[in-house]
Amino acid sequence: MLRIWPVAALMLSLMPVVSAAADDVGALRAELQALKDEYGARVDALEARIQELEADSGAPAATANPSAFNPSISLVLGGSYTNTSRDPETWNIAGFPSSGGEVGPGERSFNLGESELTFAANIDPYFAGQLTAAITGENEIEVEEAFVRTTALPQGFTGKLGRFFSGVGYLNEVHAHAWDFADQPLVYQAMFGGQSRQDGAQVKWLAPTDLFIEFGAEVGAGDSFPATRDDGNGLNTTAVFAHLGGDVGDYTSWRAGLSRIDSSAVAREGGIADASGAPLFETFTGDSHTWVVDGVLKWAPSPRRQLKLQGEYMRREETGEVFDGGGVRLADDYRGTHSGWYLQSVYQFAPRWRVGARYDSLDSGTPRYSLAPDGLLSQDPDRLSLMLDWNPSEFSRLRAQYDWDDARDDGDTDRVFRLQYLYGIGAHGAHKY
Amino acid sequence: MKHLSRLLVALMFAGTLPAHAALKVLATTPDWGALTTELGGDRVNVYVATSAMQDVHRVEARPSLVARARSADLIVATGAELEVGWLPVLIRESGNSRIRPGAAGYFEAASVLKLLEAPSKVDRAMGDIHPQGNPHVQLDPRNIAIVAHALTAKLSALEPAQAAYYATRGKDFDARWSAAIQRWEAKAAPLKGVNVVIMHRDQVYLCHWLGLNEVASIEPKPGVPPTASYLGQLVNKLAGTPPRFILLNAYNDAKPANWLSARVHAPAVVLPFSVGGSPGAKDLFGLFDDTLDKLLAAK
Repeated sequence: MLRIWPVAALMLSLMPVVSAAADDVGALRAELQALKDEYGARVDALEARIQELEADSGAPAATANPSAFNPSISLVLGGSYTNTSRDPETWNIAGFPSSGGEVGPGERSFNLGESELTFAANIDPYFAGQLTAAITGENEIEVEEAFVRTTALPQGFTGKLGRFFSGVGYLNEVHAHAWDFADQPLVYQAMFGGQSRQDGAQVKWLAPTDLFIEFGAEVGAGDSFPATRDDGNGLNTTAVFAHLGGDVGDYTSWRAGLSRIDSSAVAREGGIADASGAPLFETFTGDSHTWVVDGVLKWAPSPRRQLKLQGEYMRREETGEVFDGGGVRLADDYRGTHSGWYLQSVYQFAPRWRVGARYDSLDSGTPRYSLAPDGLLSQDPDRLSLMLDWNPSEFSRLRAQYDWDDARDDGDTDRVFRLQYLYGIGAHGAHKY
Repeated sequence: MKHLSRLLVALMFAGTLPAHAALKVLATTPDWGALTTELGGDRVNVYVATSAMQDVHRVEARPSLVARARSADLIVATGAELEVGWLPVLIRESGNSRIRPGAAGYFEAASVLKLLEAPSKVDRAMGDIHPQGNPHVQLDPRNIAIVAHALTAKLSALEPAQAAYYATRGKDFDARWSAAIQRWEAKAAPLKGVNVVIMHRDQVYLCHWLGLNEVASIEPKPGVPPTASYLGQLVNKLAGTPPRFILLNAYNDAKPANWLSARVHAPAVVLPFSVGGSPGAKDLFGLFDDTLDKLLAAK
């Protein structure tokens, strides 16, 4: 019985509350509404947050797939049909020492070109790596490039280590499948044997300016012409380069550069022949200094039209000792200055069509070499090329090219006609400017 | 030589200078540039890599863009491989690790959106397809609202001290944009269910938003220009479902659309597609005002 009292007391004590609330239902309702509103807002915020999180996560998380870290792979398939009026075996650049590389119009008839296989991926937060191997028609595999580059250096610095195409000039770094003609300009063939390649290290620095200003320096063992490796510990090729670039108006962009390559050679094969073809010397030991001036201008007034104008000038001085076929040093030392340039223009006149023209000109100079009569060695090889290509998509290209080739400079023009195909499969390539 | 080395040292550290300076933003398209300006106000210094008259698939990593990327604090890109042909080169050549994909200074609009037309299989025989889906997201203003939200968060994360500023601007934009969407949707109501022919798959989001009924596309496959015989077949095919108009973008080649227009008796409507694509499309609001005006005028 006693137990009822607290309950009754409680009920009694509640009475005023209930009556008070009954007196003020409106206030309570308002309070409840405020509470609802607050929670509503919170729920909305939570929903937004969930949406955000869902959106942030984007694609579903990668599953545990061991191949998820595989590098991107791309493959370029290429080849050509070549028709020359003169025997390609007799092809040479008159007055220039043989550069040994992939030069000349190549073999006649159908030829399988280099199949270029590229693997690339980030290695870790600090480095990325790339291998480009060329599988040749002769069933050989050649390492074109194999390098690691830095990805996390501060202040606009990047470094490269391994085998890579030197950053000198404009065309030197461009892979064969991205050339605008079927082959390199004569000046590249004569000065670098196609492309200057380093087994070494490169550092580049890009200025923090709106104008593109880039400096680079390289050291290497001297794998590529005009250097040779020797049995020493030295660096037989060093190179420095600077590039400037920018835009003019909405449709025009440009880049210009100046490069210098210093290299040394020991018993480098490939001498200079006189006009009769008789070799004046067989091997060369000495130093080469090459300057390269390059420039490119692109005008793209619409997505379907583009005009590209590019040219490069190179000048090489060589001084050193020369030897005959038996390795006997000749009495007089050799000093020669070779130079050359090309100018080319490619115009995309329809979405899938491009037409181009290129003119090559070389000057062998007159070497200071007393064993040769004055003037005998001065040669001016040149060549004119016309090109038309059809690009059904970003990944395929068919090209026709016609050359009037006077590289031999003997008055008998070699007429070279080439049909070339290039197809890319795999990862989407991204080309440099 | 002494002067030169001093100059070089000065240049080298020029990039590290004041923290209170505006954020340098490199936007890949005029639309993301305009959005960043709306959200960042005078706290951001925006450089736009392309114009409305360019095809963003086919842009080159020009030296001027590499130079801008070098100093950029933030890249605002579309993603979904729209810029795959040039943005990776740009980022690589810039040597700027702050804007690499995955870094704090890299933003992709596609990463916060649900993309249409994500293919179940990918094969280049299907044309220029994007494995993650259609990347031309900007012509659905609801996408812009979502991207704005995420971009505000990105800007605040890059400059935590300015978070309140970005939040205020973000809210303000959101309010104005939501009101504009309501206005546009009311205005565009008569366009619902109207038959249209599109040029490229970059008009898909616009059709999706407005309920336009896409009956054909002038490109037989994405990125593949039409042949004469394909266009001939298209005329026959469209006899059954006559389109009210043909959509094309400012940067497109107008020839196939005009050819088709004369044969199916439907006007070809040139849309700005991006900010700057027409005199009226001065900013994001103008882009949609002008797009709707042109559609309604043609209807």
